[in-house]
Amino acid sequence: MAELTYREAVAAGLAQEMERDDSVYFIGEDVAAPGGVFKTTGGLLERFGPRRVRDTPISEEAIAGAVMGAAMTGLRPVGEIMFSDFFATCWDIVANQIAKTRYMTNGQVTLPLVIRAANGGGLRFGAQHSQSVENWAMAVPGLKVVAPSNPADVKGLLAASIRDDDPVIFLEAKSLYPTKGEVPDGEHVEELGRAVVHGDGEDVVLVALAAMVPRAIEAGERLRDEHGIGCRVVDLRSLVPLDVSTLLESVRATGRVFTVEENPRLCGWGAEISSIVAEEALYDLDGPIVRITTPHVPLPAAETLEDATIPSASRIVDTVVKEQ
Amino acid sequence: MSVVARWAREAKLDDPTRLELYSKLSEIRQFEQRAYDLFLQNLVAGTSHLSLGQEAVAAGFAQAMRDDDFTFCTYRGHAHTLVRGASMTGLMAELLGRSNGILAGKGGSMHLTSVENYAMGSYAIVGSHLPIAAGAAWAAQERGTGQVSVCFFGDGTTNIGAFHEALNLAAVWKLPVVFVCENNLYMEYTPIASVTAVEHPGADRAAAYGLESLIVDGNDVDEVYGIATTYLERARDGGGPALIEAKTYRKGGHSRADPAKYRPPQEVESWLARDPIILYRSRLLELGVEEKTLDDIDSEVLTAVDRATEEAKAAPPADEELIHADVWADGGSRWRN
Ligand SMILES: Cc1ncc(C[n+]2csc(CCOP(=O)(O)OP(=O)(O)O)c2C)c(N)n1
Ligand SMILES: [Mg+2]
Repeated sequence: MAELTYREAVAAGLAQEMERDDSVYFIGEDVAAPGGVFKTTGGLLERFGPRRVRDTPISEEAIAGAVMGAAMTGLRPVGEIMFSDFFATCWDIVANQIAKTRYMTNGQVTLPLVIRAANGGGLRFGAQHSQSVENWAMAVPGLKVVAPSNPADVKGLLAASIRDDDPVIFLEAKSLYPTKGEVPDGEHVEELGRAVVHGDGEDVVLVALAAMVPRAIEAGERLRDEHGIGCRVVDLRSLVPLDVSTLLESVRATGRVFTVEENPRLCGWGAEISSIVAEEALYDLDGPIVRITTPHVPLPAAETLEDATIPSASRIVDTVVKEQ
Repeated sequence: MSVVARWAREAKLDDPTRLELYSKLSEIRQFEQRAYDLFLQNLVAGTSHLSLGQEAVAAGFAQAMRDDDFTFCTYRGHAHTLVRGASMTGLMAELLGRSNGILAGKGGSMHLTSVENYAMGSYAIVGSHLPIAAGAAWAAQERGTGQVSVCFFGDGTTNIGAFHEALNLAAVWKLPVVFVCENNLYMEYTPIASVTAVEHPGADRAAAYGLESLIVDGNDVDEVYGIATTYLERARDGGGPALIEAKTYRKGGHSRADPAKYRPPQEVESWLARDPIILYRSRLLELGVEEKTLDDIDSEVLTAVDRATEEAKAAPPADEELIHADVWADGGSRWRN
């Protein structure tokens, strides 16, 4: 085991797959010589050369389009969209072309590609550089959506996403880039569509994703220590595919469900979770499903405002105590 | 400034190539005419965009392309897909929503694709396929396959962002891609000249991105073929991308039953007098080709179109089982366990 930052795990995952498979290429804005604006891809240019690691113009449609065209004709490319907010400038390519072409062509086209992006808040960048867009992608049939919460998963899930034959939107939580964690030595590949459960509390389950996972885990510890409420946390890890069976197991074990979502309230992934729980496990519930989300506002910039907007460990604790 | 192509005037084409070109023109003309007739009979649901009047662009390029060069085209894509060798029955059946459609009814007229013929898809959002075609060219460049990506689009497409992003990327990465702007003077109903400040919406812009660009008479199939050959080879040899602006004209409306009343009668008349098929037929006759040879080609094509129509009409409607198929590479649509 080596200790890596979430940031370093990105390059580690890419390097592992580029080493293994010559058809893996990586492009994006400022990703090669500069090593990425979040310094996630440093060293790859030196290791794999300027053809496989390449800087692009500021052309999000060209990045997404090039990745698609290359994936349909023999490469297994990875593209970077610097901030996930910028998906809005190439959403046509992502949602209309990448997501639908296999289906519309009755399976003639296969698109083994990954588009990575830094997602979410925490850096005081304001409303256009801090959004959590996982629910945009989740709403489009034909896209897989992956969002890791720790360095080991960054590496293992990125590797799995690259090896997957379908398009994957890979969302890195930018607030987690400096966080550290143990990453298994040697080849590390996780499985898409498998959630992980932390803890075995029997009172409530907190269902979380990406940056909300460490906050939910912290909240769970405080709920146990300060309030005697036993929690377990389900880290979904991918929204599509969605590990409903692990989710429902935890619902049955606890009887109370809280979702912890960084995305704004309306149509957040937790709404889908709530609907599944209501349809399939209603009689296992001891109380209403509660969603803890960013309110339905654009994200404000100032430290105090941003902190009060995105769900925090304290807000999770307070909500659970109040609703429990 | 863009160069106006004058290739075919001097060049000598051998007879078999000329007859193949004629055959492609005839195939597109008769297929599209039949598609229109079937639409009038209410057998084609949804929309369709025909290439009647624009056949020479598709025919000339397809004749010049290597079998494994890629075609990317728009919703006006029947011609481009057919002429790469896609099954005529499959195409006709797709228009009719039948189970033997080339996309099994899941794509429809605007998305015709035949990957086995390197027809990589018809794209219905204006401009999207330009960066995708550049991506295919990028893969060809990296894999060293010698393939060229050919991307067809309209004059109206030159005003959307993806056009500009794709041209710049293609130029800066020196990609083996040939962009073909079929300038039929109109977007849907609005004349391109009324929304574009430069005279040649494709070629003038391409020059600004450092692409080789030129203008060709898109109704003269010899000229299209000649220019296509030159620029495909140039791209194949590492010479980089080019943009060919082919001036042409729709015989009919933009889509379906659009009567195209917005076009001045004199303009229509002068372009119809330059119908690419009439033009080519008379050139071939002048060159000494027997009229019967051309008539035989036409009637062979008609037989094929009749057969495709019958096979499409006879097939059952698209299979509902396929609604849940092929969202994913594993063939299914499961998003949860
Ligand atoms: C992004 C986008 N905007 C608008 C449309 C609607 N639309 C379909 S075809 C068309 C005209 C395109 O004109 P042009 O590029 O000249 O192609 P042509 O149809 O003349 O071949 C428009 C506006 C669309 N499909 N996509
Ligand atoms: Mg047009």
